Parts: sequence; C-alpha cells; structure tokens
Amino acid sequence: MRIIPAATITETIARLCQQANYFLPFDVEDALIEASQKEGSPRAREILTQISGNANVARERSIALCQDTGIAEIFVNLGQEVHIDGEILQDAVNKGVARGYAMGYLRTSIVADPLDRVNTNDNTPAQLTLVIVPGDRIEITVLPKGGGTENASALRMFPPSAGWPGIVEFVLETVREKGINACPPLVVGVGIGGSFSAVGKLAKLALLRPVGSVPAAGAYAARERELLDAINALGIGPMGLGGRTTALAVHIEHAPCHIACLPVAIAMNCHSMRRMTETI
Amino acid sequence: MARSLAIAELIQQIPSLRAGDDLLLNGTLFTARDAAHKRLAQLIADKQPLPLQLANTAIYYCGPAPARPGDAVGPCGPTTSARMDPYTPLLLSQGVRITIGKGKRSAAITDACRTYQALYCVATGGVAALLSRKVTRSEIVAFADLGPEAIWRFEVADFPVTVALDSQGNNVFELSTNR
Repeated sequence: MRIIPAATITETIARLCQQANYFLPFDVEDALIEASQKEGSPRAREILTQISGNANVARERSIALCQDTGIAEIFVNLGQEVHIDGEILQDAVNKGVARGYAMGYLRTSIVADPLDRVNTNDNTPAQLTLVIVPGDRIEITVLPKGGGTENASALRMFPPSAGWPGIVEFVLETVREKGINACPPLVVGVGIGGSFSAVGKLAKLALLRPVGSVPAAGAYAARERELLDAINALGIGPMGLGGRTTALAVHIEHAPCHIACLPVAIAMNCHSMRRMTETI
Repeated sequence: MARSLAIAELIQQIPSLRAGDDLLLNGTLFTARDAAHKRLAQLIADKQPLPLQLANTAIYYCGPAPARPGDAVGPCGPTTSARMDPYTPLLLSQGVRITIGKGKRSAAITDACRTYQALYCVATGGVAALLSRKVTRSEIVAFADLGPEAIWRFEVADFPVTVALDSQGNNVFELSTNR
C-alpha cells in the first residue's frame, strides 16, 4: 500500500487546471498546421493562423487560450494499492480546481443551481470520473470543457437496426446543425454502446486520445476516417466561414450494451482541445 | 484586406457594409452575455433606468477571464451569439447598432438587422489570448455581482471582426456554405 496525502492531489489538480488552460497540446497544434497547409480558402487559412498565434500568446504569457476556461472535467485513474490520507477524494479535487482557477486567472463559469443561476465563484464543483486501476499510482487528467461545445453535444438511443449508417447520419446532422457554435475545426468524440448514462462518458473519454492516434480496435480506425472525411466534406470550415477543415479528428470509444439498445453520444470539442495529464 | 475604422464611422457606414467584409474596430465595446441580457431586458420591461446608454453602441458577447496584474484585460473571445437571440430585437430597438459574437443566429435577427439598420459581426472563437492584445483598457460598468457576466467597457484598437449579417439581409454563413 502507498499512502498519498490528499493535499498532493489538490496541488496536482491546481497545477493541471492552469497548464491545461495555457498550453495547447502539441498533437492539436500539429494538426492545425497540417490543416492550414491543405486549406484552399484564404479566410480559413487566416483563421487557422489566428488559432496558432493564439496558442503562442497564451503559452508565452501564461494566460488562458480561451476566456471560457470551462467546467473542470477531471479523470482520475486511482491505483487500488493507494490509500489517500486526509480528506475524501472529491473534496481534494474540488479544492484543487478552486485553487487552480483562482491562482491561474481563469474564469469561474459554474452556477450553483441550474435555474437560479448564481455563480459559485470558484468554478466548483468539478465533474469527477473515477476509475479504480491496478497499481499504486494516481493518474489525473484535467479537461477544461467549454459551454459552447457542451451545448453542441448530443445523445440518442437508437434501435440496433439503425446500425452504423444511423450513427453516421446522426453525427453529420449534429455537426451540420450545431457544429458552427462549437468553434470549428472540431474534435468530435463519439461514444457507442454502454447505457444511457455510460455513453456520454465514453464520448468524453474519446476526446482524451491524442489527435492523429489510431484506436485499439482495428475496425474503428476505418470508421473514424469515414466520419472525418464525411464531416470535412460538409464545407463548414473554420468558424463556419467555409473551408475544408471542419474537424481535426473523430475519435470513437465503444462498449458492450443491451440487446435492445444502440446508445450513441457525441461530445463536441472546439479547436482548443485542452487536456493535461500527470501521474502521482 | 481588412479595413480599420472607428465604431462611430462604422455606424455611419452600416448601409454600405456587406456580409463578408473584414473590419478592424477602434473605440468602445460593451460586453454583455446571458445574465446581463436577461437583466437589461427586465429593466426595459419594467421601464427602469438602464446602467448604460444603449443608443449607438456596439455590444460584444463576451465574458472575459480575469486579467493578470498589469494586463489591460483578461482573455476575451466571443461567446455563442444565438443564446442572445431572444433579447436582441429588443436591444436593437433601444438603439444598439452592432452586435459581435460567434456563430449563426435565428432568422429573426436577420430581419431585426434590416429593420433597425444594424450589423451582426463575428470574431474568431477560441482565440481569446490574441484578442486580449487588441483591448487597451477595460472596466466594469454594470452588474458587477454577476462576476464574469458583468457588463464591461472595452476600449479596442484594430479588433478584428467579419460582418456576418448586414442591414440588407445578407448572411455570411449562407454565402460561405452555398459556395
């Protein structure tokens, strides 16, 4: 058994919240540069250049890439051999988010009640996804998720007969109708299977994979490519102003599901595909 | 090539500006997003005095992040304009002439821009660090209790936008997807 103080988790999350908001991951930056080289439209190229320039300003000045520093999605892979000493994990996580957002000059975007809508002023509570894994380490990922991209996300329960063609149509319909408001070029996370409650999480987990990576299950690589090509054929382009680059990547995560069900969720993400991971 | 002009000049030129025109704005923008719009609409409905004059103003749909000490403003990109659609015709009727945000809007806004001879412009979403370098001064002018949703006055220099809806009913998103 390894003892890890709760305060270490708090400090790690405070640091990750700041870094995730200042540093665009290299895989995303590379994908933007590659997209810019393939763009035919001068306006699209100009927007992609602004996005790359923005990443430089944010990194050099340690300021947020986007004013929407998001709801803090925290993914914790907790080693079964770890004993957390001190407060409970949820409290350590929320304390880390509050500290990171205050110290990092990050916007607080959470309201306490969805209808009364009073800001909690510290960006808590975080959205915590906890998985118990073998070993004596804790792997923590912070994904600041913007509100515009959340509003452009979707979930639908299909009958099994809908199959892959139904999924393709759903993804294209969602990108066509809502994609512009999610700040394209997009990263599209697709969850397939699980249950109503699980499939949204699968779609979010799909966003954690590096842009340009290939899924473990071979058949899904071709499916991801098919969806990416179909999305980019829509012509929506960067910020919806036309062009070849509507999405940088489509990632699919799948899971077993009920014989009657085909759950599908689409977690839309903007070009500011922020995520940062650290292992304790 | 983007044209640089003062907000006052821009307002005079509204009839001749067209969807797709690239502009660099100079002068004053007032930020307002969801909660501030709701409050302004309520004050107008209750015939109460407003905390700012709306006549001939440009409203920027933005909730900035906090500024680091010494910076004129924090990161400050546009938010999704469509969420403000229910309030926009009312604000245009009160004299707002320019709205700035990101994304498509409802058909009612195309009509309202024609009716009130107003413009809707878009800025690039998600480049908030870059856009913060175009703001020379900022201060909260109303609704400070709303935190990031307060109304700020921004003084901007060569702030880049594209006309999305013009006063003649043209829509840049239709132009760009009907290519």
